[in-house]
Amino acid sequence: MDKGIYLDNNATTMVAPEVVEAMLPFFTEQFGNPSSLHQFGNQVGRALKAARKQVQALLGAEHDSEIIFTSCGTESDSTAILSALKAQPERREIITSVVEHPAILTLCQYLEKDGYTVHYLKVDKRGRLDLQEYARLLSDQVAVVSIMWANNESGTLFPVEEMAEMARAAGVMFHTDAVQAVGKLPINLQESCIDMLSLSGHKLHAPKGIGVLYLRRGVRFRPLLRGGHQERGRRAGTENAASIVALGKACEMAGEALAYEERVVRSLRDRLEQGILEQVSHCFVTGDPENRLPNTCNIAFEFIEGEAILLLLNKMGIAASSGSACTSGSLEPSHVMRAMDIPFTAAHGSVRFSFSRYNTMEEVERVIAAVPLIVERLRKLSPYWNGDAPADEPGQEFAPTYA
Amino acid sequence: MWDYSETVQEHFFNPRNAGAVELANGVGEVGSLSCGDALRLTLKVDPETETILQAGFQTFGCGSAIASSSALTEIIKGMTLSDALKVSNQDIADYLDGLPPEKMHCSVMGREALQAAVANYRGEEWKDDHEEGALICKCFAIDAVMIEETIRANGLRSVEAVTNYTKAGGGCSSCHEGIEEILGRVLAEQGEQLEINAVAAEARQPRTGLTNLQRIKRIEALLDEIRPNLQRDHGDVELVEVDGRHIYVKMTGACAGCQMAATTLGGIQQHLAEGMSEFILVLPAEELARRATVGG
Repeated sequence: MDKGIYLDNNATTMVAPEVVEAMLPFFTEQFGNPSSLHQFGNQVGRALKAARKQVQALLGAEHDSEIIFTSCGTESDSTAILSALKAQPERREIITSVVEHPAILTLCQYLEKDGYTVHYLKVDKRGRLDLQEYARLLSDQVAVVSIMWANNESGTLFPVEEMAEMARAAGVMFHTDAVQAVGKLPINLQESCIDMLSLSGHKLHAPKGIGVLYLRRGVRFRPLLRGGHQERGRRAGTENAASIVALGKACEMAGEALAYEERVVRSLRDRLEQGILEQVSHCFVTGDPENRLPNTCNIAFEFIEGEAILLLLNKMGIAASSGSACTSGSLEPSHVMRAMDIPFTAAHGSVRFSFSRYNTMEEVERVIAAVPLIVERLRKLSPYWNGDAPADEPGQEFAPTYA
Repeated sequence: MWDYSETVQEHFFNPRNAGAVELANGVGEVGSLSCGDALRLTLKVDPETETILQAGFQTFGCGSAIASSSALTEIIKGMTLSDALKVSNQDIADYLDGLPPEKMHCSVMGREALQAAVANYRGEEWKDDHEEGALICKCFAIDAVMIEETIRANGLRSVEAVTNYTKAGGGCSSCHEGIEEILGRVLAEQGEQLEINAVAAEARQPRTGLTNLQRIKRIEALLDEIRPNLQRDHGDVELVEVDGRHIYVKMTGACAGCQMAATTLGGIQQHLAEGMSEFILVLPAEELARRATVGG
C-alpha cells in the first residue's frame, strides 16, 4: 500500500528508526529505576546522563544540568511561566505575543483571572512584532517574557535572541517556546540571554511524551512538580527513561542534519510553494516569507475552506493541516491568521505544509500536481467564486446574512 | 480528525445539486459568523403548486457544511414550500447519519438558508433570530449563548441547574469549568457571586415537583419495571432509603455479592434517571451505613 505523503511535520514527526532502536532496550533489559543504587538502575542512570549531554549539545547549553526533562512542551511552558511568577511574587505582569501556542496563551488567560496583567504583543500583516512596543512594556513589574522562537502555523521567526538581550538589560526573565525551532535552526544558548527554553521531542523525530525545559544556571526557579529528587529536585517523578534516551539520540541526529534542513528541506519547501503559486490564482503565502523556518509553508487559498481542502488532499494520500476553524473543533479560525489581519475568506482556506528530512522531491511534485485540481473543484462549489474569478461584480457579489 | 459518517463523506466527495439553479425564483444567502461558513441556496419554485422543482447550493465551508448543503437540496426537491419549511436541522443531520456535535451548526445553516430562500421567493425579508456562541458542552452540543440565556431566563445558580435545564454538562462533565465561568459572569452582573457550595446544597433538594412520597412511589414503580430482569437471574432489588438525589438499594438473592453488582447498579441508576428525568445516584445500602458513620 502507498504510505502517503506526510507534510504535517509541525504537528508531529515520524520517530526516526535509529531512535526507536536506541530506546527499545529501555523497555526490556534496561528497565531499572535510574535512582536505584544497584546495577539495574545504574546502567539506566548512565544512559540518561549521555542523553542529557546530547540535548545540551544541540542547544549549545553551557552545562548539562541546565537540561530538565519533562513530559512535553506544554509542561515545559507551564513550568517556566509559573516558576517565574512564584519566584518573583512581587512582579505581576507577563509579556507574550498574540500568536503564541495555546500552551502559553491559555495559561496566560487563566493567570489573568488570578489578577496577573498580561501584555499581548500584536503582529503586523506579515506576522512581525513591534520591538518598540515591546521595549516600552519592559519594566520591573514584569515577571517573565515568553515569546515563541518560530510560529507553528506560518513558520515566521521572532528575534528572540535580541528580545532576550532587551529583557536582560531590563532585568526581566526571558522564556522562549522553541518547540518548532529546535532541530530546524542552529541554536547556541550559551551565547544568548535566553533564560528558559521549551522543546518537545515529537517535533524532532523522538517519541511523544518527552520534552525539555532548558533552565539557565542561576535563574531563580520554583518546581511545578515536587516529590522525588529527580532532575535535581526540579521536576519530580520517575524519569521516562526510554523516551529520554530516544530524545538524546534524536537531538544528536538533528544536530547532524541541520545543514541538510537548511539546504535540502528548504529547497523542497521552496519548490512546492513556487509550484503552487504558479498554477493557482488568488492564493498567497502567509507570514514573513523571508524570515521563517526552512520547513514550513503556509498558503491561504481564497474563497474556499481549509477542512474541505484537507479532506480532498487526504483522499489523495497527502497529509497537511489548516488554520480553518472547522479543523480544530473550535468555531474560530486560527488566532495566528486573525492576528495577521488576513480576511476570513482567506484565513479559513489557509493550508500548512510542513516538511521533514524524510520528504522527497518526488513527493513535492505529486502535491504540486494535486493541489490545483482540488482548489478548482472546491471553488466551483463556492458562492464567492464565479467561473474562473471571484464573484465580485456589482450585483453579483455574495452577501450572506450572518448569524 | 472528525468522525464523519459514510454518508457525510459520500455527500462531500460527490455533492448533489452543486451550483446555482438557472432562472431561480428563490435565493437564500446566509452565513455563520462564528465559524465563517457561508451558503447560497437557489430554488426554482413552481408558482402554481408552490413545489420546489430544483434546488442548488454554493457553499463556502468545511466537509460537513458541503455535505449538509447537498443533503438539504436532496431532501427538499419535490417538496411544497410549506413541507420544506418543516425540515429541521436535525432532519438534515439524520439524513447524513449524524454529524459531530461541533458540526451541528452546519445543518442549522442549511435550514436558515432554506428559510431565507423561501422568504425571498415570497418577497419577504428574512430575519435571523438565531445567535450562536462557542461550543461549551460537546456531549450535547450546547453553546455558550444558549447556556447564558437559559441562566438569565431561569435565574439559575449552579452547574447542576444548568445541566437540568439545558443538558449541558450532563455527559462527560469536562465542561463544568466553562459553565461555572458563564454562571460566575452572569451572577457578577447581578452583583452576586457564584457560590461553589450551592451545588452541594441544591443537590440535596429534588427538583421534580413531586412530594417525597410521590417520588418514592415513582422509584418503586420504576424498580418494578426492571425487577423481572433481575429475577430471571434469581436476584432482586429492594429500595432502602431515598436521601435527595441519593437512592440506596439493597441487592438481594443472587444479586447480593455478585461480581456484576456494580454493573447492575449502573443499569438501575440509568433506568431510574431516565424514568424520573432527574440526575440521581444509586448507591448500595452498605454505603448508607458507611456514610452514617463518617457523618457525610
